[in-house]
Amino acid sequence: MSSKPPRVIPIHPEPPSSLTAEQHSAVLAACARLKDLPGALMPILHAVQEALGYVPKDAVPVMARELNLSLAEVHGVLSFYHYFRKEPPGRHVVHLCRAEACQAVGAVLLEAHAKEALGVDFHGTTADGAITLEPVYCLGNCALGPSIMIDDKLQGRVSTQRFDALMHTCRSQGVHAKDGR
Amino acid sequence: MSGTAPARVKVYVPRDAAALGVGAEDTARAIAEEAARRHVDIELIRNGSRGLLWLEPLVEVATLAGRVAYGPVAAHDVASLFDAGFTHGRPHSLAHGRTEELPYLKNQERLTFARVGITDPRSLEDYVAHGGYRGLNAALGMEPAAIVAAVTASGLRGRGGAAFPAGIKWKTVLGAAAAQKFIVCNADEGDSGTFSDRMVMEGDPFVLVEGMTIAGVATGATRGYIYLRWEYPDAKVALEAAIAAAAAAGYLGEDIRGSGKSFHLEVRMGAGAYICGEETSLLESLEGKRGQVRFKPPLPALQGLFGKPTVINNVITLASVPIILDRGADYYQHFGTGRSRGTLPIQLTGNIKHGGLVERAFGITLRELLYDYGGGSLSGRPIRAVQVGGPLGAYLPESQFDTPLDYEAFAAIRGMLGHGGVVVFDDSVDMAAQARYAMEFCAIESCGKCTPCRIGSTRGVEVIDRLLAGENAAKQETLLRDLCETLTYGSLCALGGLTPYPVLSALNHFPEDFVRPVRAKTVA
Repeated sequence: MSSKPPRVIPIHPEPPSSLTAEQHSAVLAACARLKDLPGALMPILHAVQEALGYVPKDAVPVMARELNLSLAEVHGVLSFYHYFRKEPPGRHVVHLCRAEACQAVGAVLLEAHAKEALGVDFHGTTADGAITLEPVYCLGNCALGPSIMIDDKLQGRVSTQRFDALMHTCRSQGVHAKDGR
Repeated sequence: MSGTAPARVKVYVPRDAAALGVGAEDTARAIAEEAARRHVDIELIRNGSRGLLWLEPLVEVATLAGRVAYGPVAAHDVASLFDAGFTHGRPHSLAHGRTEELPYLKNQERLTFARVGITDPRSLEDYVAHGGYRGLNAALGMEPAAIVAAVTASGLRGRGGAAFPAGIKWKTVLGAAAAQKFIVCNADEGDSGTFSDRMVMEGDPFVLVEGMTIAGVATGATRGYIYLRWEYPDAKVALEAAIAAAAAAGYLGEDIRGSGKSFHLEVRMGAGAYICGEETSLLESLEGKRGQVRFKPPLPALQGLFGKPTVINNVITLASVPIILDRGADYYQHFGTGRSRGTLPIQLTGNIKHGGLVERAFGITLRELLYDYGGGSLSGRPIRAVQVGGPLGAYLPESQFDTPLDYEAFAAIRGMLGHGGVVVFDDSVDMAAQARYAMEFCAIESCGKCTPCRIGSTRGVEVIDRLLAGENAAKQETLLRDLCETLTYGSLCALGGLTPYPVLSALNHFPEDFVRPVRAKTVA
């Protein structure tokens, strides 16, 4: 009699997503791997940023659904922490320490120099896409400042000349190389 | 001597992040390559840092007379070191003689840092050979209440900054009945001028693992988390390697060393929020939430992580527990002064010639630290101000340099020891800029839960700007002091509550910097 399929009213309507297929599966994989941990959201956000370089806006509904949280809860956590980025970074991320111990040995000058030399303000990415500059409040290298961290490598006693040399090295390395030490 | 020396020479090059930041990796690689080229049989050990940071990369060579230090050794110095015969401990322009005899190190009382820089942090065997796990072995033979009593009797107070007696916290958790309890290590070392947590975690991670295991055995907690800041990726690698090695050897997991006790440990990463160093905010973050401060009570000891009884202690507090259980409470509390017992790992930082880690019993004065250990400022200019206790600590003028490092003595001068960070500024410092930065930092890092901190910090920046611009300055100063009072008494936690310390100490001790007819310098 009724050849028509039953009408399905989706409970979780899928919003249109700008995620690529690879990004979508990376987010799902992170959720699948970690969602049973107590307090899973922070490890999942780290895993997504590790895989994609940032946490895309449209990853939020995917994580929310997988963890049975509201969009507001996931967005609230994502936006609370300075480390999580919502835009894709350059090939290298440079964190420059603004804290007191580095200030005592010239960090304010280094900050001005870095912004000038890279042509960006904090959170900005250079025009060639090589370097994103971020502020950081202490890298735990307070006896050998001023300090910066390039990707996951700490650099101490960073004079303006040394900064320029390190940035030159960054630019000559094509891709973001994450090597363990 | 060379005839009796072992053929395979042990050479130590630190893997500590601070050493890596000044080229230790290149130095290590150059030593390995040069040794291979010259057919010299060496064993390259990647130790933690000895804490003489101005000498990093500090290379050591094991000789029959003890370890001999060379530093700072850049990769391009390596060939000349081999030429001079450094693998036999021979002289060189970079040689400093026996490491243990260096006054900076010799005049310390290293209890918590006993093994840091000496052992291979990746080697459990090395840890055990240097007295590791004796504390846990002792604890496993004791009643939980006796372990807690030993920690109480030692006088150990929280080294994270709040200085709350550790034994009392533990006793509350021990007395709480619950199916699950937790041990949480606060490794969110966010204070500028501090790195002792990092040095322990990178240089002797097993001591933290052991301390947390003892805390678990003492309080009946079977799960532990180390909440580590993202800025310490090297510490993460070191801790995870140590946890895996300890678990493989039966020091972690089910039925620890046949005792029937179990303890599981994992590392969780923070994400760049200074406030997560506050204990309740850290617990929120571990639960996967925004790191917002909780109201107290309930105390975390009764309703902490996931609502369960939780011991939450700083890295140094937990890392000081093994030696207390090993050597006894009397041994530990014999160090120190007044109600500040034991030792404090002090970090000498900022504009200081000989920056590094100095572990001493409480009671040493700032002046001894700055000049006897530190050798004065790095720039050679007079030291004008010192900030002790991180970004929420007071700025102290020269007239207060004779204050002994002791919790009560610092409270008496309206300062705090905090986590033991000492940041040195020379006479080029602009104290008004420092006061403004303290308010700015509070505004950036405020969790937003309470109004005095969330809004007061932003208003604080504005008031200081108007004060410096000379707009009705006397009125602005009154307003600033009033605002500081509101922050002090109205904030929910120490971030808002203590931000007035650096601001008011700068204003009180250095008022001349707040009067500027022509303001040329920019304050970022």
